[in-house]
Amino acid sequence: MTSQVSSPAEQADETVVGEQRKPAGAKDVRRIDRVIIRFAGDSGDGMQLTGDRFTSETASFGNDLSTLPNFPAEIRAPAGTLPGVSSFQLHFADHDILTPGDAPNVLVAMNPAALKANIADVPRGADIIVNTDEFTKRAMSKVGYPASPLEDGSLDGYSVHPVPLTTLTVEALKSFDLSRKEAERSKNMFALGLLSWMYHRPTEGTERFLASKFAKKPEIAAANIAAFRAGWNFGETTEDFAVSYEVAPAVSAFPPGVYRNISGNVALSYGLVAASRQADLPLYLGSYPITPASDILHELSRHKNFGVRTFQAEDEIAGIGAALGAAFGGSLAVTTTSGPGVALKSETIGLAVSMELPLLVIDIQRGGPSTGLPTKTEQADLLQAMFGRNGEAPVPVIAPSTPADCFDTAMEAARIALVYRTPVFVLSDGYLASGSEPWRIPEVDELPDLRVQFAQGPNHTLEDGSEVFWPYKRDPRTLARPWAVPGTPGLEHRIGGIEKQDGTGNISYDPANHDFMVRTRQAKIDNIDVPDLAVDDPTGSADTLVLGWGSTYGPITAAVRRLRTAGEHIAQAHLRHLNPFPHNLGAVLGRYEKVVVPEMNLGQLATLVRAKYLVDARSFTQVNGMPFKAEQLATALKEAIDG
Amino acid sequence: MAETTTEGAGTIEALTLVPRAEAAQSMKDFKSDQEVRWCPGCGDYAILAAVQGFLPELGLAKENIVFVSGIGCSSRFPYYMNTYGMHSIHGRAPAIATGLASSRRDLSVWVVTGDGDALSIGGNHLIHALRRNVNLKILLFNNRIYGLTKGQYSPTSEVGKITKSTPMGSLDAPFNPISLAIGAEASFVARTVDSDRKHLTEILRQAAAHPGTALVEIYQNCNIFNDGAFEALKDKQQAEEAVIRLEHGQQIRFGADGSKGVVRDPDTGDLGVVAVTEENQARILVHDAHAASPTTAFALSRLADPDTLHHTPIGVLRSVRRPVYDTQMADQLDTAVEQNGKGDLSALFAGGDTWTVVG
Repeated sequence: MTSQVSSPAEQADETVVGEQRKPAGAKDVRRIDRVIIRFAGDSGDGMQLTGDRFTSETASFGNDLSTLPNFPAEIRAPAGTLPGVSSFQLHFADHDILTPGDAPNVLVAMNPAALKANIADVPRGADIIVNTDEFTKRAMSKVGYPASPLEDGSLDGYSVHPVPLTTLTVEALKSFDLSRKEAERSKNMFALGLLSWMYHRPTEGTERFLASKFAKKPEIAAANIAAFRAGWNFGETTEDFAVSYEVAPAVSAFPPGVYRNISGNVALSYGLVAASRQADLPLYLGSYPITPASDILHELSRHKNFGVRTFQAEDEIAGIGAALGAAFGGSLAVTTTSGPGVALKSETIGLAVSMELPLLVIDIQRGGPSTGLPTKTEQADLLQAMFGRNGEAPVPVIAPSTPADCFDTAMEAARIALVYRTPVFVLSDGYLASGSEPWRIPEVDELPDLRVQFAQGPNHTLEDGSEVFWPYKRDPRTLARPWAVPGTPGLEHRIGGIEKQDGTGNISYDPANHDFMVRTRQAKIDNIDVPDLAVDDPTGSADTLVLGWGSTYGPITAAVRRLRTAGEHIAQAHLRHLNPFPHNLGAVLGRYEKVVVPEMNLGQLATLVRAKYLVDARSFTQVNGMPFKAEQLATALKEAIDG
Repeated sequence: MAETTTEGAGTIEALTLVPRAEAAQSMKDFKSDQEVRWCPGCGDYAILAAVQGFLPELGLAKENIVFVSGIGCSSRFPYYMNTYGMHSIHGRAPAIATGLASSRRDLSVWVVTGDGDALSIGGNHLIHALRRNVNLKILLFNNRIYGLTKGQYSPTSEVGKITKSTPMGSLDAPFNPISLAIGAEASFVARTVDSDRKHLTEILRQAAAHPGTALVEIYQNCNIFNDGAFEALKDKQQAEEAVIRLEHGQQIRFGADGSKGVVRDPDTGDLGVVAVTEENQARILVHDAHAASPTTAFALSRLADPDTLHHTPIGVLRSVRRPVYDTQMADQLDTAVEQNGKGDLSALFAGGDTWTVVG
């Protein structure tokens, strides 16, 4: 097969970087409506980059898409082992889709470990592209293959494409002044080129990307582009790949507008920057690096020209402490973390509750308890966010449902924090954080106005007629206290964590006052204005409601669609606001005979709704570090409907 | 502090961005309406009076002054100051103040903390504030005991201290806060004593003028749980032997008529105390608070006997110029605007690759 690869020197000389490549038309082209591809390899094989590039190509082509990166917590786990396998799954379609897909149609396995770790998810009939160069006796026995799975018949029923990816890549790069090891590193780009050919992806973006990524090492840039083109040409010329596929742009899936692909963490970062602009307050992030939240710290650190201050603190406690200090000074203050960091920040969140200052606490949930599964997803911090503090310390909690929704959720969190002068929890998770999907870019003038009024002067008249400032005299509607920032003359005041006298804010140990203040802080949160919960019940005849929150939106909606296609009646509702709940939630739950709550925990939302509304909500739970699969959810929901 | 002056805040580099008061101020302006609730006889009263008495001479708009504290007896301090204030949580005041000072350069931010608050539960925040050199003034009230929790030993208590939690004597070696601060790259480190109003005020003056983090350790008497802890430094007769008053540019001499002095051992580089004679007079160390190397300041911080407190240096041990964190943070924002223009939301959202769906 190597002979079929054209010389890289010719490619490098004759084509311009960034030019679109098109199949010559000699092979069959089939139109399909959607496809799920999984790239899998060693954590050092560059699978995440390969997946990211394929995603960018797909996004720029206009397909709807959804991605699922999946990688180990170790930066470079031992090569060739099962724990070291890193994968990236991409689902793209000519129509509106909701999840990264249950089962890949195509698996690219860069080594035996990648094959072994992923084959169980791949249904018979799927295409499997394997890098045969890595299927050595040693590599196979390392992962427990007694004989080659490529030869022992265990892959019967799959459409296996054995490709010596490493050899072909090295061969394609022989005219470059690179060591064999260096040349081998480009094999992911060869694979990307091959898949780009198979699915008619736009290629010019990847070539431009490689040229700019390696701008300081032109030889490496040229080698990667050459490997990418060699992979593409390989598909075009080799007989093993007889068919290529077209997935048309998802024109009708999207309302008109300008779109881009976006991951949850980037969308959340943009939401914070936008909230700061719309509130006309400087953004201050106090944070300590933690997976999978660090990307928000990285992203916000790039936008200092928006007046964004990012402070990488000495620990989680200092991260939120600095944010709270900045909030006292009048910034829109944020801290970002994951579950273990929330545990450390709890005392400061309590202080923010007591001082009634706006503060965003962004928790990108991961598998727990303790260190748990740092790179895997879970929704098990809901009760921690709700109750994980000493004393009665209510905090609003909201959760995004998709990667793009992280933008709107950040804006909504800012609104609640600023209007009600309270810390607000945002519960994203690892799946939303690193997964991506198309996002309709909002017009800036569509964004909500989040401006606030700082206290400017006295707000209370004493019996003797003198005008004073009372830091705990509340707005009668929102129960929010005034936000008087240092530098405002005449409003000097002291606040802290000790119980305060209603109104004056002075230290008070009075029993009746404490009782009043505890109830008032609770009432302030309970009365937050949140939109009613919308219920999707197209026939109006369902007796089963599926209630979800957060990142399960995609899989639940996909499962509901399957059931409805099969003629079932089921209603769906998805919560963004978890504290307070939408005020119509009790009424909604009361309308259905059966309520099913799927969660990536052991039933935390179910516990809350059972306690609050006395409904017999059934939990359907999964805590394997991965999002639900639509098929499995559909089966569970069907059982509920029938049960 | 050769390069700065205390004659009016407008000329103090650390405070150039803080607005000035419109009218002359008095001590009364800085007293809040709250009743002071420390135990009668507590050293904290003297420190409060010194701070309230000294602030008018800075001439800053008092709404631009903020006191942030942690937890402990000393941390009630902000309630008694008629400025903005925050009584936060145990040990975290330096972190909270860092967020405030780095986002609001028009404020004069003070941290009030104690030996337990700053050196035990909050030790991490203290050392990181010092290394960052945020524009904060940290007043560390050191009484070598836990007062608010009724008398357990603290991280500055002497070894063998008998307390409720250590009936057979404490086992852990204490911190020397000055040594710790110098080791944490502090740019300003000073020590003073609650009962010496004049000295305390002078140190506050120098701390206020310092651009960056200033750590002032104040020996403070807890008359309930550790009374007389610093008696050696306060009793007139004992103090002559015990206290070494440091003055920048002056020979380090103490005792009756300056009869004793500090010299460097030429073999080890270590410092020692000698009786001053005609022969050795020229060898007596001249205090240089601005020395680039922290070596001598560190050696001075080790002179005192931790048990008897003899040879305790007070004054400014170290005061050097280092880049100030919040200034640099603000500079980076300006540079980002120069390089990339003021942020444009539409351009940010669009990023690199977009596509258009037409209806």
